[in-house]
Amino acid sequence: MSLKTPLYDCHLQAGAKMVPFAGWQMPIHYGSQMEEHHVVRQSAGLFDVSHMTVVDISGAAARDFLRYLLANDVAKLDKRDGKALYSGMLNEQGGVIDDLIVYRLEGDYRLVVNSATREKDLQWIRGWAEDFGVCVKERPELAMLAVQGPKVLDCLNTVSADLATQLESLPVFCSMQIEDMMWCRTGYTGEDGFEVILPGEQAVQLWAKLLDAGVRPCGLGARDTLRLEAGMNLYGSDMDESVNPFSCGMGWTVDLSGDRDFVGRAAVLEKSTHPGEIQVGLVLRERGVLRGHQKVLSEAGEGEITSGSFSPTLGFSIALARVPDTIGTQASVEIRGKQLPVTVVKPPFVRKGKSLVI
Amino acid sequence: MSQVPKELKYLASHEWARLEEDGTVTVGITDHAQDMLGDVVFVELPDLDAEISAGDEAGVVESVKAASDIYTPVSGVVVAINEELQDTPELVNSDPYHDGWFFRVKPSDTTELEQMLDADAYTEACEEDDH
Repeated sequence: MSLKTPLYDCHLQAGAKMVPFAGWQMPIHYGSQMEEHHVVRQSAGLFDVSHMTVVDISGAAARDFLRYLLANDVAKLDKRDGKALYSGMLNEQGGVIDDLIVYRLEGDYRLVVNSATREKDLQWIRGWAEDFGVCVKERPELAMLAVQGPKVLDCLNTVSADLATQLESLPVFCSMQIEDMMWCRTGYTGEDGFEVILPGEQAVQLWAKLLDAGVRPCGLGARDTLRLEAGMNLYGSDMDESVNPFSCGMGWTVDLSGDRDFVGRAAVLEKSTHPGEIQVGLVLRERGVLRGHQKVLSEAGEGEITSGSFSPTLGFSIALARVPDTIGTQASVEIRGKQLPVTVVKPPFVRKGKSLVI
Repeated sequence: MSQVPKELKYLASHEWARLEEDGTVTVGITDHAQDMLGDVVFVELPDLDAEISAGDEAGVVESVKAASDIYTPVSGVVVAINEELQDTPELVNSDPYHDGWFFRVKPSDTTELEQMLDADAYTEACEEDDH
């Protein structure tokens, strides 16, 4: 069986190559993944991300519940309605069950979790929810679009000047409800832009309006190279339940301040000062492409690439890797039996169209 | 639907070969192969004057998505490589049967060409791949 988002026909009309992804039929590209990548860095691109799972948490104890369920502290959302927070959801051993974004909505909360982990996430969340007496409601009827790139506001202005004015003043990592649409200034590309959660039939209309305004459709292929350049993790590649947040670049999302107890706290406490392994970025200047699972060799010991690709913005290959925490600035990667030198850097590689790699 | 020119010979691993008038054989990858790979970013070619045998790995093509070995369908000596692919690997996507060629071999045994698939047999092999 494979699921179709409300935008399935729109993808076919736009010439998409559809592939199975986490049980869904999703567009991988509409002709050229590389062109779509450049569109997002230079102009404005549109992604259907309706396969993502939206879960609403409500009830008097919703805040207490999420403070216990998540490694980041939703108390940070108290100061502003609509505010968003990136967090890991850990198991008792400190492994990452999933990474997610949580929004505060008038005292209730909305989670956006990965589609590939949907079932286990829901089971996990519902398991703890019983103890707190909170309501957990999945919202499969909602679609989600991401419109990303430096010219997004210009294009939105073409769609509606009023809408663009409202969205222009929306701070990064905040959301606002405009009629039936929840507009969030978030994304997975390292560019300015919005993610919109909205009813399926409205998603089809908004999709058409945005294309008319000059936004180009982009597939999951470009989404992956964009997020890699932006140094953002992909669940299942860069981390999973066997990896603690301090070994996959998620240490900054674990809030150990005060005495708040949360699932996994005891297990990750020691890792916060002695992670053993850490996440780094790798840059390959020679001809070749870094890929997931390639071995990283260094004086500090061996590591492994968790995500790698050619970087369309930079014109050479980059990767995220999990390596010994004593690694220096130089290492090598084994590609087809040859050891090629790589530079060890701190991700991200690209932000707002600019290279951060010297 | 991808193009499969009638006058070429094919391997099920998606290489094509063309017997040129001067008796050399040009090798590249098919339209179907470039479509599956997506944007090609890097091509590794055999050395000039290298002796290669049919079925050997003779290069690598890397796209944004994946790396794939290139096999030579014929044995012989490499007499030319497509230097253009160094700086413009995207030729493999835009023109897989002409400007996007990989290398040219002076064959030691032309009967190897006869053992390759014709266009119909290759098309059939691709369709089986898809199921």
